[in-house]
Amino acid sequence: MSVSRKKGIDYWLPKLVVSPTLVIALVFFYGFVLWTTFISFTNSSFLPSYDLVGFDQYVRLFMNPRWLNAMGNLVVFGVLFIGICMVVGLVMAILLDQNIRAEGAIRTIYLYPMALSFIVTGTVWKWLLNPTVGIERFVISMGWESFVFDWIIDPDMAIYTVVIAGVWQASGFVMAIFLAGLRGIDTSIIKAAQLDGANLFAVYTRIIIPSMRPVFFSAFIMLAHIAIKSFDLVIALTGGGPGNATDVPAIFMYQFSFQRGQLGIGAASAVIMLMTVLAILVPYLYSELRTPKNG
Amino acid sequence: MMFKKSLIAMAMGGTLAVSAQAGEVEVLHWWTSGGEARSIAVLKEMVEDAGHTWTDFAVAGGGGENAYTVLRSRAVSGNPPAAAQIKGLEIQEWGDLGFLASLDDVADENNWDSVLPSVVADVMKHDGDYVAAPVNVHRVNWMWANPAVFADAGVDIPTNLDELWAAAEELQAAGVTPIAHGGQPWQDATTFESIVLAVGGADFFNDVFVEMDQAALESDTMVEAFEEFRKVNDYIDRGAPGRDWNVATSMVIRGEAAMQFMGDWAKGEFTAANMTPGEDYICAPFPGTADAFTFNIDSLAMFKQRTAANAEAQLKMAELVLSPSFQETFNLNKGSIPARTDLDMGKFDDCALASMETFKSTAASGEGLVPSMAHGMSTTSTIQGAIYDTVTEFFNSDMSAEDGATRLARAVRAAQ
Repeated sequence: MSVSRKKGIDYWLPKLVVSPTLVIALVFFYGFVLWTTFISFTNSSFLPSYDLVGFDQYVRLFMNPRWLNAMGNLVVFGVLFIGICMVVGLVMAILLDQNIRAEGAIRTIYLYPMALSFIVTGTVWKWLLNPTVGIERFVISMGWESFVFDWIIDPDMAIYTVVIAGVWQASGFVMAIFLAGLRGIDTSIIKAAQLDGANLFAVYTRIIIPSMRPVFFSAFIMLAHIAIKSFDLVIALTGGGPGNATDVPAIFMYQFSFQRGQLGIGAASAVIMLMTVLAILVPYLYSELRTPKNG
Repeated sequence: MMFKKSLIAMAMGGTLAVSAQAGEVEVLHWWTSGGEARSIAVLKEMVEDAGHTWTDFAVAGGGGENAYTVLRSRAVSGNPPAAAQIKGLEIQEWGDLGFLASLDDVADENNWDSVLPSVVADVMKHDGDYVAAPVNVHRVNWMWANPAVFADAGVDIPTNLDELWAAAEELQAAGVTPIAHGGQPWQDATTFESIVLAVGGADFFNDVFVEMDQAALESDTMVEAFEEFRKVNDYIDRGAPGRDWNVATSMVIRGEAAMQFMGDWAKGEFTAANMTPGEDYICAPFPGTADAFTFNIDSLAMFKQRTAANAEAQLKMAELVLSPSFQETFNLNKGSIPARTDLDMGKFDDCALASMETFKSTAASGEGLVPSMAHGMSTTSTIQGAIYDTVTEFFNSDMSAEDGATRLARAVRAAQ
């Protein structure tokens, strides 16, 4: 009797409070992941249908040159975006970490792009990069008549303009993460190293950066999911163009599911996107999360 | 006793004088911008004057994808609106799924078969029954030109493709952008389909974009169309990629560019800039397509309703959509022409009159009236999307015209 009373409100309340969230997550996240996966094996056109057709939609997906192009763009964008954001963010964090004056103000300035939505970023950069109104025109009007900067209208280069805008937006945020990481390092270790005669460069490369491994981990996870689900930035900046030059899987998925009445292919592309995320993140999560136990 | 009698009377009246029953029509549409919103408000007033309730279900978002997403979920859950802005082959797709209500009673009563050209009627019918009501007809194969710019360069408005390229050359030499173009897939496709029409004629257009004939898609005519389409590249400015169509129109208005290839919705931009057709701007058929008419028809498809009162209100609305007064008001606001050919066109401007004249003559002769591929009238959205992808890929790369035709044929085949 007393046991069951002990298992009363104190025992059940936390579970009760958490359960709506759990149910919502189960239904709206895992439930719909499963539903989307199921749809990808059906011949759904513009309404969902439940006639199974095996891997047909996947075959059609990978026969579509646009999809292959979109996947290629994602690789280019993802690698450059994550890489450059990490490097720029780290360098800015280290520079800011040198006890400089007005650090708070500078930090805010670098972090500020994150306060804008990708739509705003994309639109602003669209005008900046447009050769007839933006940077190119400005430099030409300054007197450098032969200046050319037309990546955004060049199908071969347009994807790099997405990287530029993305890096501008996200690197300040990465800087903030790294800065927090730098501040979390025990200064006595650094002092000990300096006593042993290590110069500043060595202190950073041999001690500080290696000890920030968990911070790199969180930054990577955050940037990777921004890259893979990138949609609004590309829509605002290039609209996927010129032609389909800056197509990314999220745009492909949206267009085929909602504009072209091909839910089946759309679902298949969504599943492939999920698989891509899992293929990158699961091994990484696994290796990162088990290291502390062994070490 | 009296009560019972009146009940019986009501029940009988239900079949005889149903208009006494007040029903509700819910209309899903995305006519949300200025002139369009004013146009649809007219229909709302008319429905309310007829004693029914109008529930506006406007979902903003230009191309209507947002609205379609809402419509699909409502339809699947068994609660579709009375009418939805659906056009072209999508009417057939919804009809195939059994969602649409027959309007034949209203259509017979009001002689739709005789006031609508058969090409238009066919789009509105599923299995021989009217299931949708057309609100307007847009002509897509227009060219909008700034006559002052042409005069300054000393060239005439071109009437065929050879003249077009010659004029473009002159205009470029005179320092203006010959063609105002927006590099978005649908605009690329809009220009491309006009060129196909100019190169191959209406029958060829039908073969490739309606019949999706593989031999025609890979034919020499198609290769030639791609070659002509390639030339557009030489006469557009560097700012074109991604530009919205109305921005391109404003280039023509300001005289920075000489002409734009766009449907007659572009007229609204000229009107808003206080320009007069024939004087400040010229609407001419796309060079080489003077006696053809690429149509883009907006329509309201009617969904099966649960209650008799709502179904009644729905039929009344369908009748009102085709009524002369609504057709006139709506189309005066929207820049298009009425779908019925028996109206007095007194209030319309020269461009609309020219459009109507070609519409009537092509409808009467049965030659030259073709459904627009770029605007979803001739193919399902799946095939349309595949054509868009290839056309825009071609336009933005240095693919050869032969490869363009081959890839177009392959893309269409894969999408079928």
